Amino acid sequence: MTVSLVIVSHSAQLAEGVAELAGQMAQGKVAIAAAGGTSEGKLGTSVEKILAALHEVDSPDGILILLDLGSAVMTTEMAVEAFVGGQQNHIIISSAPLVEGAVIAAVESSIGNSLHEVAEAAAEASTLPKVQSNG
Amino acid sequence: MPITTEDTVCWLQQVAIVLRENRDFLTQLDSPIGDADHGVNMDRGFQAVVEKLPSVAGMDIGSILKTVGSTLVSTVGGASGPLYGTAFLRAGIASAGKHELDEADVVSMLEAAVEGIKARGKAQPGEKTMLDALIPALTAAKEAEAQMMGLPQLLQHASAAAEAGMKATIPMLATKGRASYLGERSIGHQDPGATSSWLILKTLAETCG
Repeated sequence: MTVSLVIVSHSAQLAEGVAELAGQMAQGKVAIAAAGGTSEGKLGTSVEKILAALHEVDSPDGILILLDLGSAVMTTEMAVEAFVGGQQNHIIISSAPLVEGAVIAAVESSIGNSLHEVAEAAAEASTLPKVQSNG
Repeated sequence: MPITTEDTVCWLQQVAIVLRENRDFLTQLDSPIGDADHGVNMDRGFQAVVEKLPSVAGMDIGSILKTVGSTLVSTVGGASGPLYGTAFLRAGIASAGKHELDEADVVSMLEAAVEGIKARGKAQPGEKTMLDALIPALTAAKEAEAQMMGLPQLLQHASAAAEAGMKATIPMLATKGRASYLGERSIGHQDPGATSSWLILKTLAETCG
């Protein structure tokens, strides 16, 4: 098994797209679930959808959750509380930027790294410059 | 006169009506500093609450409010879902088993709701959020209770303090929620969450006061 990923976004299409990109890097070795939009298919986040995604990719090695904007954190926390009760230490909610964080996490997980290693690598995505400056 | 389970149900039905009436107003407030969905989200959430009310008829006030909380969490898509959901869940826990509420009950429920929102949103007063209406309301309710006021007066004081708190959000700089992405451009707009919080408390004062 490897560390699983859950992609939370206000937009279902964005979540699916990020899961697709990350999945390409993971080459089938990492379970990745998308939880985007509300249960009515509108923009927003849904505790039920996130909870379903957690169940879908539940792994003994843990789950890293990556998300897009502020209010997704609260919905995600409620889903995590509803999911594991007492044993929340095998789920981490990442502060990483969504796209870079998910891609890095997929690579790190696919080579068999632990949940904490995957989470740390993803968090470092926020410091990686996209464009190399000349200075 | 205590607040009964019937009063509680009547209040929730009235909140649904008031939020429907104010749906466009709340969404207008949310347009310049948010994602223009607060009115629609609150309306959808409380319509779902009204549909659930028959299933909790005869239950204690705590059970009714907990049902309201879980309904809001699952039907309000924006940040207000987890926040109002947590507030009603906590108020429900604080009133578990009760069929009547006195002044002290109302204060402890409001306090539990405020603490729940603070913990869920990791927010503090002065950040241009619903807390800027709810914390003054709690303070006013505590003062009213200390002065041995009855429930109608206590609720009037809380509602008036929430209204003043809501208006005080206009010059604030938002540092939480979607409005925080706007930085200084958030100044000069009344916070939609503080406004819906005031409407809910105002309706409580009008229904049960």
